[in-house]
Amino acid sequence: MTYNINNKGYYGEFGGAYIPEMLYPNVEELRQNYLKIMAEPSFKEEFDQLLKDYVGRPSPLYFAKRLSEKYNTKIYLKREDLNHTGAHKVNNTIGQILMAQRLNKTRIIAETGAGQHGVATATVCALMGMECIVYMGEIDIARQAPNVARMKMLGAEVRPALSGSRTLKDATNEAIRDWINNPVDTHYIIGSVVGPHPYPDMVARFQSVVSEEIQWQLKEKEGTTKPDYVIACVGGGSNAAGAFYHYLEDTDVKLIAVEAAGKGIHSGESAATSVLGREGIIHGSKTLLMQTNDGQITEPYSISAGLDYPGVGPMHAHLYKTGRAEFMSITDDEAMKSGLELSQLEGIIPAIETSHSLAIFDHKKFKEDDVVVINLSGRGDKDLQNYIDYFKL
Amino acid sequence: MNRIQSKLQEDKKLLSIYFSAGYPRLEDTKEIIESLEKNGVDMIEIGLPFSDPLADGPTIQASSTQALKNGMTTETLFNQLKDIRETVSIPLIIMGYFNPMLQYGVEAFCKKCQEIGIDGLIIPDLPVDVYNEQYKSIFQKYDLINVFLITPQTSIERINFIDSISEGFIYMVSSASVTGSSSGFGDEQTSYFKRIADMNLNNPQIVGFGISNNETFTQATKFAKGAIIGSAFIKHLSNFGIDKIKTFTDLILKNK
Repeated sequence: MTYNINNKGYYGEFGGAYIPEMLYPNVEELRQNYLKIMAEPSFKEEFDQLLKDYVGRPSPLYFAKRLSEKYNTKIYLKREDLNHTGAHKVNNTIGQILMAQRLNKTRIIAETGAGQHGVATATVCALMGMECIVYMGEIDIARQAPNVARMKMLGAEVRPALSGSRTLKDATNEAIRDWINNPVDTHYIIGSVVGPHPYPDMVARFQSVVSEEIQWQLKEKEGTTKPDYVIACVGGGSNAAGAFYHYLEDTDVKLIAVEAAGKGIHSGESAATSVLGREGIIHGSKTLLMQTNDGQITEPYSISAGLDYPGVGPMHAHLYKTGRAEFMSITDDEAMKSGLELSQLEGIIPAIETSHSLAIFDHKKFKEDDVVVINLSGRGDKDLQNYIDYFKL
Repeated sequence: MNRIQSKLQEDKKLLSIYFSAGYPRLEDTKEIIESLEKNGVDMIEIGLPFSDPLADGPTIQASSTQALKNGMTTETLFNQLKDIRETVSIPLIIMGYFNPMLQYGVEAFCKKCQEIGIDGLIIPDLPVDVYNEQYKSIFQKYDLINVFLITPQTSIERINFIDSISEGFIYMVSSASVTGSSSGFGDEQTSYFKRIADMNLNNPQIVGFGISNNETFTQATKFAKGAIIGSAFIKHLSNFGIDKIKTFTDLILKNK
């Protein structure tokens, strides 16, 4: 059994490319070329150089002493929050913009929910001097004003998605429609390990730098490349895919994926896809998704805009179904409390997405000598207003 | 012989109409179908509404969303169509996205289609290879024709492959676009229509996307066997209701 993708584009029974014929040439072009391009020495060199000099990699693996004392185990934080633009998202957009250039594309489109992926895309487009259009749900535009302003400052056009529920899934629909309408000159930078094959695999490979670094950094600190646990939050699942990637086949390392329970799993306002979802097709991929009995995709909820996607990437569906990863869900309240706790114990204000993974210490006991790595996927600047309102600071 | 296959043998250009089932009102489905047949339409695509119709433009998505709000479900549609063959004899195709069919159960869905007298399916997001490997035998068991799409970007090799597994017609998407977006056909489309016609495929082609009036219908059917109209018909329904379907079909067919 493998936990990674097979040569047909599936993780077990999940994945594939369930796309209309109109998208076939674009997706097929990418499928035929992505591994070849990623293996080119000049690609690797440019990718590594940009990650180092522009993004600021390697991101530190930080031993969180006070947090470890509190929960009586050894906790390391992988500091993706220190990346340029404030989250892991940029690892993928750097990779994809280089891919787009090599495919001779001149126009970039992207979808965004909270705006983090939109900002990361607008950033690399500015860097490479490429036209950038970001689709964002009308409702998200209203509640994520600072990131909308950042994208505009970076020269991107932010187009409101006015259809359906006017949030992330609709922004994704609009971006896909744009790609159908512009099949020749445009590359679509998907922000997570979702969408038709080869996107989940390509994005996971670009994000895999996270676990690649964890391996050698941990070796330096603990004398082993293997932690006992790797923990990451999952919306679509790109930061988790990156943090898990090099440990997928190594079952000594336990993987924990943390989903957003919103106001409670059975409250009707939740994004805990592994619990509430069923197998189906969303955005071109066979995976687990939240839907009605009739197969209509439903709108998820989480206080964290980066976790309220109604599906998970096919890799995570497979990790869930096979039991390779343990899935846990954390409510809004638990996440907010842990975000405040990390701020005051370690001086790090985490993104609310990340706060969900930090909250599992109240649910799961670890041994004193367990080495637990948490992927600190993003910083909390973008969420300050949310924290302030929540805690009435 | 399947009704689609017999219809394709008629010596005329075919007009096919798409609408979203359950729109404008939940109960309109049957009456729209009957009225379309009465007014000279050759074939009907009944849209099974979906929350996230990736290949559709704003008009069809809006009608689809409204149909869902009206309460349309797969089961409801099947109930509405239960006795449709008592009054309607032209080919009927269900067009919808794959997820609702998958949730209903593909075999159960196909079986139900056959019981009702549905002749074919168009599922834009069911890839050709997945159909071929996993579902072809089920479709055949229930005598359903699966219709595949080609676009101006589809390679000759792939068109030939699609032709080889098609059993009715090929749905020829007129341009690189979602539904309802273009107005009029230029030289680029005309040469694409001609290029495909010159391939002398086994299956006739029916053009869809961007057909909204007599002019575009005539242009599209100069080289192809027929044309499908969706968004323009839905706009007409929104503006004039289901009593004025004749005005629309007369306009397309230039009947006086």
